[in-house]
Amino acid sequence: MAFELPKLGYDYNALEPHIDARTMEIHHSKHHGGYTTKLNNAVEGTDLEGKSIEEILKNVSSHSTAVRNNGGGYYNHNLYWQVIAPGGAKSPSGELLDAINESFGSLEKFREAFVQAALTRFGSGWAWLVLQNNKLAVSSTPNQDNPLMDVADVQGTPILGIDVWEHAYYLKYQNKRPDYVNAFWELINWDEAARRFKG
Amino acid sequence: MSFELPKLPYSKNALEPYISEKTIEFHYGKHHQAYVTKVNNLSQGTPFENASLEEIIKKADGGVFNNGAQVWNHTFYFFQFNPDGCKEPKDELKKAIEAKFGSVEKFKEEFSNAATTLFGSGWAWLVKNEKGELEIVQTANAGNPLRDSKTPLLTCDVWEHAYYLDKQNARPKYIEDFWKIIDWKVISERYSK
Repeated sequence: MAFELPKLGYDYNALEPHIDARTMEIHHSKHHGGYTTKLNNAVEGTDLEGKSIEEILKNVSSHSTAVRNNGGGYYNHNLYWQVIAPGGAKSPSGELLDAINESFGSLEKFREAFVQAALTRFGSGWAWLVLQNNKLAVSSTPNQDNPLMDVADVQGTPILGIDVWEHAYYLKYQNKRPDYVNAFWELINWDEAARRFKG
Repeated sequence: MSFELPKLPYSKNALEPYISEKTIEFHYGKHHQAYVTKVNNLSQGTPFENASLEEIIKKADGGVFNNGAQVWNHTFYFFQFNPDGCKEPKDELKKAIEAKFGSVEKFKEEFSNAATTLFGSGWAWLVKNEKGELEIVQTANAGNPLRDSKTPLLTCDVWEHAYYLDKQNARPKYIEDFWKIIDWKVISERYSK
């Protein structure tokens, strides 16, 4: 079955004032929609047809560039909309908080590392909180690569991901990526992060 | 060496409606300026403290390379525009383009395709290689063909910040408009050098 652009499950204006409705609409319908269409075109008629996106990404080095770019774009945006979905806990607790404290020293230290990764990714890409061998790590990837891919420096399960392509923030924040990264932090749905952490 | 943001050879609204004044204000006033500030700060106390931008492009890495190359790339980009410039290539450059690509139209198609298909942030270039032949190349992020001993003649910035306020996701529309403000006199002078 072909991949489908997932519905957001909330309105385009639901993340105002942190992320504006126009950015949400273009980001979801045009950018994410574009990756979805191109991914389907890239897998159609190949032996990847019918495989899950996770299965495709884990061996991405043996697939085409179009599969890597659009498969990554498809998966990453699916995750992004969920980890900033309105509602849910505003801070981590339980096992996830314990793991953050153990891996980074404190929530504040994790925040600093995550923000730093998001700000220093030069060009287009993503910053991540990754679960790797029962430990949490912060990383960043270029373009639409992600921690599920066998080409990633830090491989594991993505728990949080922030899109730092300029299309994610340029209409509202322009050159001020730090303001967007701070706004993203306010939007994190920690229930969703905990769900991904538990697997 | 302390680099400075060069003054634009036209007013900020001169490229309207193809590139808006608002885009120039951010692209030149914020992004280009930030690259200048950062390369000045980051090169201090390094072997590149007194280097030219060309030396930085050829030899530096990391933040010094990224910011130094972006200063060069943006100056090169902004200085090739003139709303009242020469609209088509002429003379020697025209002959060279026709010899390599078949026609000016075919060259534009091929260059536009390189600019459209570059994934992520980067630049599309028309360059003269070491044999003196024309080539179209793509570079990612701050990449610059001087690093590979190729001489840049024309460039299109396809970082989203170059077009997102005006065209959003419609990069092909930005590239279509890009051709309308190129001053081919500038490109010819670069070619003849």
